[in-house]
Amino acid sequence: MFEIKYHRKISEISGPLILIKGVEGAKYLELVEIIVGEKERRFGQVLEVYEDKALVQVFEGTRGIDLTETKVRFLGETIKIGLSKDILGRIFDGLGRVRDGGPEIIPEIEKDINGAPINPYAREYPNEFIQTGISAIDGLNTLVRGQKLPIFSGSGLPHNLLAAQIARQAKVLGKEEEFAVVFGAMGITFEEANFFIDSFEKSGALERSVLFLNLADEPAIERIATPRAALTAAEYLAFDLDMHVLVILTDMTNYCEALREISAARKEVPGRRGYPGYLYTDLASIYERCGRIKGKKGSITLMPILTMPEDDKTHPIPDLTGYITEGQIILSRSLQRKKVFPPIDVLPSLSRLRDKGIGKGKTREDHAELANQLFACYAKGKEAEELEVILGEAALTELDKIYLHFAEEFEKRFVSQGEYEDRSIEETLNIGWELLRLIPKEELKRVREEFIQKYLYPKE
Amino acid sequence: MKIGKIYKISGPLVVCKGLEGARMYDVCYVGEEKLIGEIIALSGDLTYIQVYEDTAGLGVNDPVFPTYQPLMVELGPGLISSIYDGIQRPLDKIRILAGDFITRGILIPALDREKKWYFKPLVKPPLAVSGGDIVGEVKETDLVIHKIMIPPDISGELIELKEGEFTVEEVIGKIRIKDNIIDLKLYHKWPVRKERPYRNKLPPKEILATGQRVVDTFFPIAKGGTACVPGPFGSGKTVIQHQFSKWADAEIVIFIGCGERGNEMTDVLIEFPKLKDPKSGEPLMKRTVLIANTSNMPVAAREASVYTGITIGEYFRDMGYSVTLQADSTSRWAEAMREISGRLEEMPGEEGYPAYLQRRIAEFYERAGRVLALGKPEREGALSVIGSVSPPGGDLGDPVVQATLRVVKVFWSLEDKLAYQRHFPAISWLNSYSLYQQDLIEDLSKKVAPDFVELSKEAMVILEKEAELLEIVRLVGKDTLSPSDRLILEAARIIREDFLHQNAFLEIDTYTSLKKQYEMLKICLYFYERAKKVLTENKLTIEDIEKLKVRERIAKMKFVKEEEIEKEISEIKKELEECLK
Repeated sequence: MFEIKYHRKISEISGPLILIKGVEGAKYLELVEIIVGEKERRFGQVLEVYEDKALVQVFEGTRGIDLTETKVRFLGETIKIGLSKDILGRIFDGLGRVRDGGPEIIPEIEKDINGAPINPYAREYPNEFIQTGISAIDGLNTLVRGQKLPIFSGSGLPHNLLAAQIARQAKVLGKEEEFAVVFGAMGITFEEANFFIDSFEKSGALERSVLFLNLADEPAIERIATPRAALTAAEYLAFDLDMHVLVILTDMTNYCEALREISAARKEVPGRRGYPGYLYTDLASIYERCGRIKGKKGSITLMPILTMPEDDKTHPIPDLTGYITEGQIILSRSLQRKKVFPPIDVLPSLSRLRDKGIGKGKTREDHAELANQLFACYAKGKEAEELEVILGEAALTELDKIYLHFAEEFEKRFVSQGEYEDRSIEETLNIGWELLRLIPKEELKRVREEFIQKYLYPKE
Repeated sequence: MKIGKIYKISGPLVVCKGLEGARMYDVCYVGEEKLIGEIIALSGDLTYIQVYEDTAGLGVNDPVFPTYQPLMVELGPGLISSIYDGIQRPLDKIRILAGDFITRGILIPALDREKKWYFKPLVKPPLAVSGGDIVGEVKETDLVIHKIMIPPDISGELIELKEGEFTVEEVIGKIRIKDNIIDLKLYHKWPVRKERPYRNKLPPKEILATGQRVVDTFFPIAKGGTACVPGPFGSGKTVIQHQFSKWADAEIVIFIGCGERGNEMTDVLIEFPKLKDPKSGEPLMKRTVLIANTSNMPVAAREASVYTGITIGEYFRDMGYSVTLQADSTSRWAEAMREISGRLEEMPGEEGYPAYLQRRIAEFYERAGRVLALGKPEREGALSVIGSVSPPGGDLGDPVVQATLRVVKVFWSLEDKLAYQRHFPAISWLNSYSLYQQDLIEDLSKKVAPDFVELSKEAMVILEKEAELLEIVRLVGKDTLSPSDRLILEAARIIREDFLHQNAFLEIDTYTSLKKQYEMLKICLYFYERAKKVLTENKLTIEDIEKLKVRERIAKMKFVKEEEIEKEISEIKKELEECLK
């Protein structure tokens, strides 16, 4: 047996980083064990090596670490988590250690949390419709299995309610398959975490869920590892155990802030708003881990939630996220004020994979055209609303008024629904057609004549 | 052979010692796993290497093996229908070797070494040959005849040339250069960062028809031209890029997915074999080369991917083909440069981008063009480059957008406002421009109709007037407008909704021939002209015109088949004359 080698050569501590001197053979991104005081163990990761020095980020923070007594040991491998089927129904911390007081997992396999990129050639295109039971999503911004669709929210908006509702209701029509939810929480409050656990428990989903929790008062740097641990578990469930996995990551804004903290401590040249220049690449290494693979039954569908600072969509976090993900669901404060739940602002929301997941044989033949027509009409209604605000009602033409009325009804009847209301896609589409009856027929240009005949006034 | 030792590792950047004599842009193999890297800076005894694979697990003092060769691509039969990563490794073969996830240190030649190609000589030795001369051909796919050329830097006497089935490694002929005799094979290698030579550059004169109405009619691009498509996320950049690679009137299409989504590449891989080329009826994949370096693949390889792509493009251009290259998205390429530059601790320019950003972008786009190729027989080839740019927050002040606009001739500005209204393609007709329209007048009047460009200008005037009038409407309402102004609004609406709006996902609407575009536009303008006449003659009021039934028929004309369009147009014309008497 070889002797376990501890160093006592920390030469510098700065924020979450420590610099260790006099090490030999340290590897890039290697895991480091740090013994603080008598027996407290912490973990860190090598961020940079040069000559005989290694720069290490400490996940649990540097409080209490000193230059003389603290010992470090290089573990010779990158961060791995142990996985087996028993992870279902369990709760872990942000680094993948058991936190619910239950027994340790006896791993069947150990996986590097950084994963490896899926070969684009091995990907299967996502085209299976997921019914979430929420009209604004199913009808207009359809979620597809293997898609990454984030929720752009703001502080105080009900993104958690929406995410929990999706986790409860999401299903693929006509199929009974093994389904799991992986939940990664970065820096959210105890209450928020509890809400999700409660909600999963009530709907019976907890036993097929895996939770990775890093709460607001827990080490911020650990958040760097949390989404990666969650996705590694998801990859295992999806591609080793053939399950369909929905991954919810909340709140990505906290993750990015942890990344910024490290970048600042390393004195890197900052990009926009102080975030590092590699934020895009870093986020992509998380988001791109979802999808489907040819010849594998399972899939990973990803819904990251992020709160936009000041509701600003051009802030680097939502902006870069939008460039990577396949669309976005945007929540709106003005709809929230109108008591619309879920307050999904359908106009700037988008699902890039919608057209591949809907239509004949998947949802209904008229789905795509109906959705385009509803978008167009609602956009016109919103324009009329703006006009009314500036010029008063008198300035509106008859047609403007019709569209205005349509927009109001659309928000009330189509977008709005109960927290426990699970609408089938048929119901959603029929509500859409009912609403189109408010519009003169010759205005309906985005839908084919035969669909108008068939659905606008359906013969019973 | 010298072996270097790693001194420092920071992300994709590895610094090593002990490689004296190495040159800039030489390829090195890093670590025991032999990860591929390229030298990007030299300083004293330190060599800076950007590594094209994930560097996790590398350590100080690990070995670095120099090759003393620059980064090269293999050019020969087998390129078409391939999907490569940023440094031309075939992703399909990587999957067979390594499984569904890309692992490290895989070295696979870009061209299949087993496959036999039938080579047909076109010249008879002995013959004096020089770089670029076509000596024979290989039928690579049903759509592509692969011309076998003498490599650009070789000239001598061809003393032997064989006909028959060969792999790319087998010798098909021999060339005597002074006292040496070298082998001629079906492929040769070329460094990616070096522009392939040509005899002359020629000015653009022919339209690159794309089948997209707003593009061809209003903002056309020439064969051998350059264009950029900037826009915020969700405005449809990728769909437009896909549309171009599907329908552009080119013989070879190179599509570079540079730091974008994995699923988009899958989409291309699934769609292209199914889609038929409108001219030949063969699957589009048979003329396409794909380069996929998705956003989660190593960042340095992203930097190389655009060069790999354009070098392959130049190679086909040299055969005398019209080639289009799509890079989606050049912002990710620029970001890769920024990341590497940051790790090199260079003094940053704007927004942290390196000071040489503009130069690199200009050099890249300048590799496009219509050229007289080297060698015999005399031939013209064209390489058109279309790059999308993803500026943060859709802000056109972004350094990458600005640097790109300074070199490209066509600007298709995507607007999220249009995208929200589901007006696709969301190309803003007010902000976009094409500097080729003048150069193309002759070509367009020959190919379409003499008045095509005139009509497009007329339509643009209406759209511009509409924008002015809408300002007024926003302030004081529609009622204050005169009937003739209201007619302009109506005519502009027809042009916008019934002409510019085009659904990429609808089979009948996804591609429109130039001829059909012309007919459609003509009828839109004819409506305006007639309506203006009856309005000034007080035969009808504006309200009557706004209610005309025939407008519905105009709206549906985009759904009329190419073969039936002329008939439909003449009927609409008749109906117009009927109701606007």
